[in-house]
Amino acid sequence: MTNPADSRPIDVHAVLEDPDFRELVRSKNRISFWLSAATMLTFYGFVLLLAWNSDFLAQKWSGSINRGIPLGIGVIIVSWILTGVYVRWANTRYDALVERVKAKIRSAQ
Amino acid sequence: MNTASTIIGQRNNLAIAFFFIFVFVTLCITYWAAKKTKTSSEFYAADRSISGFQNGLALAGDFMSAASFLGIAGYVATGGYDGLIYSVGYLVGWPIVMFLIAEPLRNLGKYTFADVVAYRLHVRPIRTAAAVSSIVTVLLYLIAQMVGAGGLIKLMFGLSYASALFIVGALMILYVLFGGMLATTWVQIIKAVLLLGGATLLVVLILSRFHWNYGELFDAASARYGEAFTRPTVSAKVATSPLDLLSLAIGLMFGTAGLPHILMRFYTVPDAKQARKSVFVATGFIGYFYILTFTIGFGAAVLVGKELISSVGKGGNMAAMLLAERLGGGPLLGFLAAVAFATILAVVAGLTLAGASAISHDLYAGVIKRGQTNEADEVRVAKTATVVLGVLAILLGLLFEKQNVAFLVGLAFAVAASANFPALVLSVFWRKLSTAGAVASIVTGLVVAVVLILLSPTVWRDIFGQQDAIFPWLNPTLISMPCAFAAGIIVSTLKPDAEAEAKFESQKLRTYLGVGAE
Repeated sequence: MTNPADSRPIDVHAVLEDPDFRELVRSKNRISFWLSAATMLTFYGFVLLLAWNSDFLAQKWSGSINRGIPLGIGVIIVSWILTGVYVRWANTRYDALVERVKAKIRSAQ
Repeated sequence: MNTASTIIGQRNNLAIAFFFIFVFVTLCITYWAAKKTKTSSEFYAADRSISGFQNGLALAGDFMSAASFLGIAGYVATGGYDGLIYSVGYLVGWPIVMFLIAEPLRNLGKYTFADVVAYRLHVRPIRTAAAVSSIVTVLLYLIAQMVGAGGLIKLMFGLSYASALFIVGALMILYVLFGGMLATTWVQIIKAVLLLGGATLLVVLILSRFHWNYGELFDAASARYGEAFTRPTVSAKVATSPLDLLSLAIGLMFGTAGLPHILMRFYTVPDAKQARKSVFVATGFIGYFYILTFTIGFGAAVLVGKELISSVGKGGNMAAMLLAERLGGGPLLGFLAAVAFATILAVVAGLTLAGASAISHDLYAGVIKRGQTNEADEVRVAKTATVVLGVLAILLGLLFEKQNVAFLVGLAFAVAASANFPALVLSVFWRKLSTAGAVASIVTGLVVAVVLILLSPTVWRDIFGQQDAIFPWLNPTLISMPCAFAAGIIVSTLKPDAEAEAKFESQKLRTYLGVGAE
């Protein structure tokens, strides 16, 4: 949009009313919300277990490794996987929607 | 297996040689970067030329401090499971950065996170408030790093505390002053690779002693120190109650998403797509690193022994170094000591650059000159601010030498989570945020977090020497962050800003599409 050839201003309201743009905003906010909720659930679930029910975490898992160790490391790995889920979604779905809306803006100018 | 001696504290020529190689390479990079660091976009943001993968490594470099490497390993080695809460807590903020912050920040801002908050609000009050909270966060973090650095270098290189601070301060000023963001980024990348490599090597050597079986390491730890050592518990030095632990967890998670030197890194990549890739890369490396530090802690407890670890460094800080000496002798110790030094340098350089940007871009260009300044002046102020902050860091390091500053990192995270994060999120997602509301949110978060820490056992009891702390928890964020959100929402409702609400629509175009992003 910084291309000097596109000197006509963007019709902001037309874009905001565009069903593709609305879908894009809705899906982005939805996935951000649910993935944040999943991260918090995983982490605070672990923290609350540690705070109020450490007996559960102290149970043996394998040999002298108790449940607290794989679960703690698991929180780290799950967090990373969730960021991967987001990147995958954004690279395939989101970027395609962004391109579609941008193409509409260009053709309207 | 236990020999109660160490060469730590004596001069290690190999450490000095490794360190000189690091300094030589990074100064060459700074010389190269200096030729490409003229405009403000080059100084603050490496001209947006860093790739997503490179920025991911640099983010990891900015975030993996010597304090967390040595600190977590020490916590685990002396306290057992305790340290894992930090390993996990330092990582879980990154998904939040990814889902809520990284792309809007990249699309809406230019050089600092205040750009985003000020996007549709009145520039001067917002930039003043955001710059103050950025500078406070940076200084708290900087003091903690400098004091830690002085002590560590004194112990590992046999230098005096003051000359250690002077070397760190002088090198950090050189990197930032001449090489700007480009040199700082490459220092971070090199340091990240060295630190990840060093930590991996340590874990490989640990596992080689236990038949490549993670379980045997824990068998040995339980056999030596009893079940209680590996049992998941939280000691009183981490949190005084379950709610306090929750408060710590919230502070670590949302503090990460409000640290100015981390947020600033998202402006070094060309677009939102690369910003998102860099968070994925950073999260992977940082998660891997914290799993390693946790393992190193247990390895040190078993192979070195708690007794020796506690006798050498405060809070078990030398656990990883003692383990390196045990597993690889003087050479490995020398290498890791140099890596720790490089780590400190890289982190303080990133902090100084973030602080200098808040002063020159937000306060000077935004507030004093009302946006009417030229490139040359802004860069000149940024460079002056770099030198001033560097000198200030050395002086504060000297002033706080005898203080226990470990709590300052926690306070920096609490301020970032309370003063910076709520304002940032509200400005991106909430249409009705007004100028007065945003300022109220930043000020409330900052004041409540700082006051509660002053009244907490860490300061009121342990530093001021009072009998009982007025605020019972060690961690304020569970109170201060909701206060900041509440202040933002209530004040915005009482003092609405129709103009800002109207601009939210066009802001949305830029937030979601990147239309008009710089």
